[in-house]
Amino acid sequence: MVVRTSGVSPAALSPPGRRRLGWWTRAAVRAGLATAGLSRGLRFGAGSIIGGRVTLALDRQALRRLATGRRVVLVSGTNGKTTTSHLVAAAVRTAGPVAHNAGGSNMADGAVAALAEAPDAEYAVLEVDELHVAAVAQAVDPAVVVLLNLTRDQLDRATEVGAIASALGRALAQHPGTVVVANADDPMVVSAATAAPGATRTVWVAAGASWLGDATTCPRCGCTLTFTAFHWECECGLARPTPDWWIDGSKACSADAVLPLDIQLPGQVNVSNATMALAAAQAVGVPVDRAASALREVDVVAGRYAVVHRGSQDLRLLLAKNPAGWAGMSSMLSEPRPLLIIINAREADGRDTSWLWDVNFEQFTCRQVVASGERAADLGVRLSYAGLEHQTVPDPLAALATLPPGQVDVVANYTAFHQFRRRLGREQKVAR
Amino acid sequence: MSPDSTVAIGLLLPDVLGTYSDTGNATILAQRLRWRGIPAEIVTITARDTPPTSCAVYLLGGGEDTAQLFAADWLRRHPELRLAMEASAVTLAVCAGLQVLGQSMTDTRGKHYPGLELLDITTAPGRQRSVGEVISTCAIPGVGSLTGFENHRGITTLGPGTTALGRVVTGTGNGTTEPGTRQRGEGVLTERVIGTYLHGPVLARNPALADHILQKITGQSLAPLELPDQAALRATYL
Ligand SMILES: [Zn+2]
Repeated sequence: MVVRTSGVSPAALSPPGRRRLGWWTRAAVRAGLATAGLSRGLRFGAGSIIGGRVTLALDRQALRRLATGRRVVLVSGTNGKTTTSHLVAAAVRTAGPVAHNAGGSNMADGAVAALAEAPDAEYAVLEVDELHVAAVAQAVDPAVVVLLNLTRDQLDRATEVGAIASALGRALAQHPGTVVVANADDPMVVSAATAAPGATRTVWVAAGASWLGDATTCPRCGCTLTFTAFHWECECGLARPTPDWWIDGSKACSADAVLPLDIQLPGQVNVSNATMALAAAQAVGVPVDRAASALREVDVVAGRYAVVHRGSQDLRLLLAKNPAGWAGMSSMLSEPRPLLIIINAREADGRDTSWLWDVNFEQFTCRQVVASGERAADLGVRLSYAGLEHQTVPDPLAALATLPPGQVDVVANYTAFHQFRRRLGREQKVAR
Repeated sequence: MSPDSTVAIGLLLPDVLGTYSDTGNATILAQRLRWRGIPAEIVTITARDTPPTSCAVYLLGGGEDTAQLFAADWLRRHPELRLAMEASAVTLAVCAGLQVLGQSMTDTRGKHYPGLELLDITTAPGRQRSVGEVISTCAIPGVGSLTGFENHRGITTLGPGTTALGRVVTGTGNGTTEPGTRQRGEGVLTERVIGTYLHGPVLARNPALADHILQKITGQSLAPLELPDQAALRATYL
């Protein structure tokens, strides 16, 4: 397979160096792994975060040392990080063992834990929080950085989207050898990826943007952007780059390849994620047809898209944590099945529930809806104004009891999703 | 009100100042009118449009720093809109939307930018961002406690004779005391403008403030509305 895209040569061509961990790093990793095992044993969750933290506390250079000699792909963006990193990992695994923070712990500690748990993996695929890309990239010197999209999420983290984009741009400029796989349809991403022109090599993917609520003004100059069907531009010169990869229905296309994706994951947003994954896999030297077959095998991603049988109901579990996430999911929610929505507002969710007002709940008329979670009342008020008759039952399992047998769509935001899965898991253990 | 008695709700610059979901305030005003049998329409006014001057109410929301300066510039280029805000309509302005209506804004480098000069306030950046829940006691009789979520770095100083929308109970609000008092203020209240730092959106959390605006623009006293979950929502935050 010849790579045509703007003279990008696969980063795989450079041979991996040998990683020699000093005795102190080895001890720090052992301490971290032991803590992670202990934490898992005591059911404190997956344990990886705490284990990674212990390792980092003992050796602040642990991330750099653990990453040395590996070909690392970082996956970042507001929405789709977890899913896309699973897709990239599946594709890269066809070339060799992969270290991957599959559980979604996406800061430095999660990266350390993933690398420590797979010491011999030649590749690493790391989902990284948008605010932590600079620090992680500095440590791991990535072969590839994937930038999916940048929209608002957890505004209470006190950083505006435009500021995140410029910080990412500065971070990428520090890594001239890195290939950036970037979404050409997201003005924030383009602004970040072109902040240091010539410094990085970019593969542009026309991955689409399901929600442009934060992107109608130019991230560079503040003017309003002009959008047409396949293009956007600003007076200041920022414009949609010519894509190297684009999507035609369910096919991923480049100048050299037309690949039917036929992925199991639902929705157009996952066709986009898969195309980004394909471009990323190619950038580390995986042949695209082999990568595409691997993508087809992925069906459940950290519990998302799973169908869970419970009593007389089949629950389809979806995670959406901001307006863009909901917009990307609307094609998966077109069937008028009963819908359980669970909303929390803990730190990991963002404390401010205002974002519910930018979700198009109006589309869910003509179906049974239950508002649930720790912020069920916020959601309930929003649904009333959207003209939806609904019930409000804060406890999610009690809420399920108000819905009929058969298929039920369950959409939850971050901590609500994980709480709900844990409760389902406990129930099923008891039943056994 | 327009001749066919449909109340026009002007949503100003949702494409520029739409970052904090304050556009929900438009939905809330429209629905609360419709539920009482009064026809209402939301008129979306983007940066490309020439703003109509006949709306009964204009809404401005929060946005990021570059967007805010663009919005201030846009507003200054439409003096006819300013005239409507001053003379005929009621305006609800939130966060960046509040700041742009003032005399001036200062950025973190100390550079000054002119506002629309509709309100006698000035805004300069504080040492750190104020992020979190706010409770205030509203100066409008009968409205009671206001709840909302603030997320800004602005310190807003009110000119003499300008009244705050409320007195801060918890949170930061304007970050200054009301002129001539020791009370920490939140927002601004004039005859025709309600300005606030509260998101949520503010009218979702404070239906009494929504109805105050609606009674002002319709000239009618409106029947109370019982919305399911509304009491539980207020109990969450108050
Ligand atoms: Zn521009």
